[in-house]
Amino acid sequence: MNFEWSWTLTWEIMPRLLWATANTLLAAGAGYAIALVGGLIFALAQRAALGPVRWAVREFVEFIRSTPLVLQIFFVFYVAPQFGMQLSPWTSGLLAIGLHYSAYLSEVYRGGLEAVPRGQWEACRAINMSARDTYFRIIIPQALVPAVPGMGNYLVGILKDTPMLSVIGVMELMHAANSIGSEHYRYLEPFTLVGLIFFLISLPTAGLIKLLERRLRLGLGL
Amino acid sequence: MVRFMNVNKSYGKLNVIEQLNFDVAEGEMVSIIGPSGSGKTTVLRTLMTLETINDGVIYVEGKPLTHMAKGGALVPADERYLRRMRTSIGMCFQSFNLFPHMTALQNCMEGPVQVLGLSKKEARERSEELLHMVGMIDKRDQHPSRLSGGQQQRVAIARALAMRPKVMLFDEVTSALDPEVIGEVTNVIRKLVTEHNLTMLMVTHQMGFARDISDRVCFFFGGKIEEQGTPSELFGNPQRERTKQFLSAVKEAI
Ligand SMILES: Nc1ncnc2c1ncn2[C@@H]1O[C@H](COP(=O)(O)OP(=O)(O)O)[C@@H](O)[C@H]1O
Ligand SMILES: [Mg+2]
Repeated sequence: MNFEWSWTLTWEIMPRLLWATANTLLAAGAGYAIALVGGLIFALAQRAALGPVRWAVREFVEFIRSTPLVLQIFFVFYVAPQFGMQLSPWTSGLLAIGLHYSAYLSEVYRGGLEAVPRGQWEACRAINMSARDTYFRIIIPQALVPAVPGMGNYLVGILKDTPMLSVIGVMELMHAANSIGSEHYRYLEPFTLVGLIFFLISLPTAGLIKLLERRLRLGLGL
Repeated sequence: MVRFMNVNKSYGKLNVIEQLNFDVAEGEMVSIIGPSGSGKTTVLRTLMTLETINDGVIYVEGKPLTHMAKGGALVPADERYLRRMRTSIGMCFQSFNLFPHMTALQNCMEGPVQVLGLSKKEARERSEELLHMVGMIDKRDQHPSRLSGGQQQRVAIARALAMRPKVMLFDEVTSALDPEVIGEVTNVIRKLVTEHNLTMLMVTHQMGFARDISDRVCFFFGGKIEEQGTPSELFGNPQRERTKQFLSAVKEAI
């Protein structure tokens, strides 16, 4: 057994890990961007007038939430080609993780939307506002404030789930650490460093979310 | 101006409005009084198209509000038709319902800019004039959370008026207010009655105020108009037993 920490190896693998960190951030950021929009679409569709649409989206969201992310990643990557879509690991990975978190964020949005008092809808109707303006100018801004903490949790969540993308070969932190480990026959340094990097990214994110919530509240005059 | 013809409204098995026939003339101020649960709010809400009716037709300015003509028959109105008809109606609520993320001025400008398509400048002028009228011009840049209930309600009245409705609906607009600020809101409504030719429908528990400013008072009971008349008729010489009971119960409460 050898628990000795090698600084030589640490410095040697650092550039590769930092490069992989950029990929992890890119995957988390792009996936989250997809989820922010996708979640809103799912949330609004579930309030849409058309019964069948509401039902279909509801079931789809339930399905995504109750099946493993890894399965969804594999599914998009290996099954899409059968429908004539050759997707790169990056594209399918982002699509899968973005969709996965869309489902979770739609629930957060839904909670926020439901928290807006009914009187706000009625006031909009009393001044004859269009449905679109009602949502985008009145309801969503108010729904966002209570949704921010939940949205923040899932931002950290998506970051921690990016290692799943390694299963289809996306070169993010876990994948890089694993490769390094098998090349040098040492896993202590790469995995410890990866843990440290994740920790250093997650920690300030939570603080930033709190700050954002406060800013938003102030900005909206609430 | 407004006409309810054989209107029925129910929630499940509960009939809230039953065979209501009710006319309001242009420029008329009609107060609606009655016990809690008698359907007063529902009458206003159906007129604001916040609720759909089960049967009958409501007319505004001679045109059906709840229905539209299609191939010679009246069919339930679609949203596009409703949006056209709604322009002539405005409403103020018991709980104000101001937009919390907008200032008093922005609350008033929102409709004129987004719905009527006025320029920011025109909407601002119109809104400032109305905020001035309700005595809230000094607070134009405050958010609702910084305003008292009476102040919020006055802004809400200005917001509704900024849409230039022909019919204004007031649903117990002073019920959520502390007694000492009720006057600021009733004074605004009083001003509307004397200085503007608005058609107004007001649900209220303030009998004195209703007596003072109404052209007509309707006593609702069980989703119907039990009795109606001029204020002096209804308050001075009520004919129906239920009206007498209600009025004496209210008097005792004061
Ligand atoms: N959304 C609703 N669902 C079910 N019942 C309702 C609803 N709104 C009102 N009601 C019922 O309709 C009746 C009349 O209500 P409302 O018009 O608010 O009376 P009022 O304003 O005279 O007190 C009440 O019995 C009330 O409980
Ligand atoms: Mg009521």
